Amino acid sequence: MTDRRNFLRLTALGGGAVFMSGLFGHALATTSDQAGSAAGYDDFYFVQLSDSHWGYTGDANPDAANTLKKAVATVNQLEVKPDFIVFTGDLTHTTDDPKERRKRMAEFRDIVSALNVKTVHFMPGEHDASLDNGTAFKEFFGETHYTFDHKGVHFIVLDNVSDPGARIGDAQLDWLKNDLANQAKDARIVVFTHRPLFDLAPKWDWATRDGDKAIALLMPYSNVTVFYGHIHQENHHMTGQIAHHAAKSLIFPLPAPGSQEKRTPLPWDTSAPNKGLGFREVEAELKESHYEITEFPVTKG
Amino acid sequence: MNRSRRQLCIGAAYGLGAILTGFATNASWAAKGPKKVKVIKIEAKKFVYTPNQIVLKQGVPVVLEFTAIDFMHGFNVPDMHIRADLMPGQVTRVTLNTDTAGDFDFLCDNFCGSGHETMNGRITIKA
Repeated sequence: MTDRRNFLRLTALGGGAVFMSGLFGHALATTSDQAGSAAGYDDFYFVQLSDSHWGYTGDANPDAANTLKKAVATVNQLEVKPDFIVFTGDLTHTTDDPKERRKRMAEFRDIVSALNVKTVHFMPGEHDASLDNGTAFKEFFGETHYTFDHKGVHFIVLDNVSDPGARIGDAQLDWLKNDLANQAKDARIVVFTHRPLFDLAPKWDWATRDGDKAIALLMPYSNVTVFYGHIHQENHHMTGQIAHHAAKSLIFPLPAPGSQEKRTPLPWDTSAPNKGLGFREVEAELKESHYEITEFPVTKG
Repeated sequence: MNRSRRQLCIGAAYGLGAILTGFATNASWAAKGPKKVKVIKIEAKKFVYTPNQIVLKQGVPVVLEFTAIDFMHGFNVPDMHIRADLMPGQVTRVTLNTDTAGDFDFLCDNFCGSGHETMNGRITIKA
């Protein structure tokens, strides 16, 4: 992998942007607890896919029956396999019919089973979980909030969708507080959520009602980065030293926050199918403790 | 008069003044008559508020009376910092401050199904 230090480089099909970032300057932890400290960190990368909305039909994506499958094929063509893949919610498009919900989840699971990466982490979006408090999601994909550790990075999956009111809830916040208590203040921590934890655009329901409480719990930690979905586009935002990166979707792009009256999907461009859609790889590097994000289109070439 | 008694008298005088001022204010308000509170009934049903375009006159007190039909919809006016859960089977009253003219968008912020993203509306307060 190339030497890419002291910055996050964000590239996309047909153009890109470079964001300078000194977010992750750090000192190695003095604790001997390798899992909970900055020590023992190793280069690796993972892939984030988000908002596939399997089951959606509509003008915003006339190719909806194929987009997820194409993305799976593109991920399988990556030259270097990622250490793991994470889906940050809205795996399926909502339906009021519990039977149909399960059918969509089963189909989604079958499609992504073709990914040739051993470890895939799932989390729900409000389309998957808000109408039944996550019941169907748990049947297919397990818990809606959990942690895991990988090569010195502590990953926390937060559920801010099983409550239809977009609350994390006091019980989960207590769980988060207890989990963070085991981490060194400079531990590498990555948080996955579906909705933004901060008030990105409350008018469009792009917020978490008690997200400020989660951010307050994370704020004492110097190396925290949040990756989320929900808004169907790249977005990069800082709350204090915490970086928040929203991912593109695999179904249809949405307008920039507050850029138009309604949050209606951007129209499908027949001259550029899959425009605005994609996934990303996130490279965690050893020495500078930062994450390089590279955006990919749905299909290669 | 010692110091403590003098302070007591001063305090009593201020208190009496406050009471009289309050009385005068109330008397003036009573002479004009209280502003009548405007009540607007709104039905919340998947996936629409009826009505969803509400035009109000600045300074007129308003109470919104919500009836949710089929779900505990939410009512959120981010720019007014107002939100409420609308429990089905009961009337939920929300008092609006109409002192500031302008357009204020509102939305359902309890995910209610496939049309949730379009369940919204606008309050317009005219000067």
